[in-house]
Amino acid sequence: MDELSTIPGKVLFQPQLEEHAGPWRLFWRRLKRRRIAMIGGILLIVLYTFALLAGFLAPYSYERQDRERFFHRPTGFRFAHGWLAVPRYEQVTGQFQYRPVPGDTKPLRLFVRSDAYRFLGFIPSTIHLFGTGDARYPVYLCGTDQFGRDILSRLLYGSQISLSIGLVGILLSFSIGMTVGALAGYYGGRVDNVIMRLCELIMSIPGLYLIMSLRATFPPKLSSTQVYLLIILILSFIRWAGAARVIRGMTLSLRERQFILAARALGQTTWQTIVRHLLPNTFSYAIVAATLSVPYYILGEVVLSFLNVGIQEPDASWGIMLNAAQNTEYLRSYPWLLAPGVAIFITVLAFNFLGDGLRDAVDTKTAA
Amino acid sequence: MWAFIAKRLFHLIPILLGVSLLTFLLMSLTPGDYYTVLSQNPQVSPEKLAEMRAKRHLDRPWYVQYYYWLVHAVQGDFGESIAYKIPASQLITARMWNTFILSFCATVLAWGVAVPLGIWAAVQKDTWIDRLCALVAFLGLSIPEVLLALLALMFAYATGWFPVGGSQSAIYDIMSAGEKLWDRLHHLVLPTIVLAASELAGIMRQMRSNLLDTLRAEFVTTARAKGLSEGRVVYKHALRNAINPLLTIFGYSLAGLLSGAFIVENIMAWPGLGRLTMEALFAKDYELVVASVVMATALLVAGNFVADLLLAWSDPRIRLR
Repeated sequence: MDELSTIPGKVLFQPQLEEHAGPWRLFWRRLKRRRIAMIGGILLIVLYTFALLAGFLAPYSYERQDRERFFHRPTGFRFAHGWLAVPRYEQVTGQFQYRPVPGDTKPLRLFVRSDAYRFLGFIPSTIHLFGTGDARYPVYLCGTDQFGRDILSRLLYGSQISLSIGLVGILLSFSIGMTVGALAGYYGGRVDNVIMRLCELIMSIPGLYLIMSLRATFPPKLSSTQVYLLIILILSFIRWAGAARVIRGMTLSLRERQFILAARALGQTTWQTIVRHLLPNTFSYAIVAATLSVPYYILGEVVLSFLNVGIQEPDASWGIMLNAAQNTEYLRSYPWLLAPGVAIFITVLAFNFLGDGLRDAVDTKTAA
Repeated sequence: MWAFIAKRLFHLIPILLGVSLLTFLLMSLTPGDYYTVLSQNPQVSPEKLAEMRAKRHLDRPWYVQYYYWLVHAVQGDFGESIAYKIPASQLITARMWNTFILSFCATVLAWGVAVPLGIWAAVQKDTWIDRLCALVAFLGLSIPEVLLALLALMFAYATGWFPVGGSQSAIYDIMSAGEKLWDRLHHLVLPTIVLAASELAGIMRQMRSNLLDTLRAEFVTTARAKGLSEGRVVYKHALRNAINPLLTIFGYSLAGLLSGAFIVENIMAWPGLGRLTMEALFAKDYELVVASVVMATALLVAGNFVADLLLAWSDPRIRLR
């Protein structure tokens, strides 16, 4: 073909760039056209970057208590000294209400020194993106909670738990689900029967009832790291069944195809056939399903922590933060306690946007 | 049809057995029991404690306990709640009824709103109505039930139009029958809306895409070519075929509905199975936990059964399998 097209003076046809694009390039091209998926993707990149840089972006540490300012309302800004400034708030006697003192402000500064933290988890540092550097002029962009802790800082630190739980969770449940599903579909017969009955059993118990029963088999008071791992284990234990069932269905039809026969004829072991030839064909489904199931893990952590059997105080996660909003009295007077709820909402929305776009992009039947 | 029903009913037995076995195993793995708290009490002698444990077969291995439990459960006796000191089945019946009412109302509301909206969005494809519906669906899918329930509580508290949680007023017992009904309905409104909101979005999107798929089918083109009015084509020909796949969704959505009810019950103090399960878990009242998990599963399985029947009724091909 190439020889023909380069015969001097005789351009038979113009080679088209499109033809050289691999399936992933085509997929990416289709995805780029979905504006809503791009919005979701960018939102997620921003959120995960925030989580990674939480210590630096957060003005305070997640457990620092301001004993003079419980339920402080979100700090307002003034224009003074030609730059943004933070007013000093004084407490209205006997209530958790604060009002700014007129004329008494402190300029907001960048890269101020405050509570110690570890940048990216291992570099000790005390430099924070913004602050006033004066404890009498605190910056509480989202207010403080019932212990006088900065909600924004806790949101940022909490996102490290809430956002990572989904990623680790899908990695675990999909690797189990895909392996088990592929084995069941590939071998068929009794193996298939036993695995599928087990999946049906797990899927026939309403999710949260099973989650709570599983949670109860472990001691109620665990360190937050233990609970973190436990939550992932429990949620994945339930979630792999759904993935396994779909992968099994796909495997059933794939194993009859010629390329599997060819792989076996070439002397590949069963394991090689499954991992190298069978499973890659299910990736497009797996990626979409995984993206759409990340919210399940985030919400799972939220519900467990909200019901007091998840992450424990004083550690920060979005669920344990929402726990404070359980008190209707607090909720009415200090609505900023719902900030973690808004964060969860934005995250889940972003995953749904991206997942929806991915599904459309994977589907080659509709016009590219 | 009867053979089909019998076959499906027969399938339920191993599932319920498996679920009770699994829950029982989990509860036996749980550290401590109800009497662990009692053993801290110096007034209760260890002998008395051992006697009480023996009475409930708690000193035996878990599979022996399960055997005793199963023999009684088949006869409708789910043991006695240790914490409430009344038969578990009594507690469960009342709570299950509440969960059923909540889920049922939410289902009716969600489907009643979602199906017409989905049809409307499909008919008005690519107009601002369609876009608005898509946006609302995305918001509905993404808003966590925890947040929505909290917002509903906040709303009730701020306006005073609805009671803040619970299922009946404090003075419920001295009300007349009419007032009682009104009181229950009044308490039901907010939990139902919260629970329906998240279900609604999924159903609406499904309805829209089903109808759009059907509208592309050839029999629709035929109907149009015959010169039928667009309304007749959509509502008489396309819609009936588009509703069919939704019945499958109905079965699937039940699991989400019951999990959603679990959250709503716990936040909005609705005395259903989910709340009972949490209370029983905290009180280490394990017979009650097993009973409520099995009953919740029974609700789900029964719902799936109804969905299967509906599907078989509307699609003769399924009956033959």
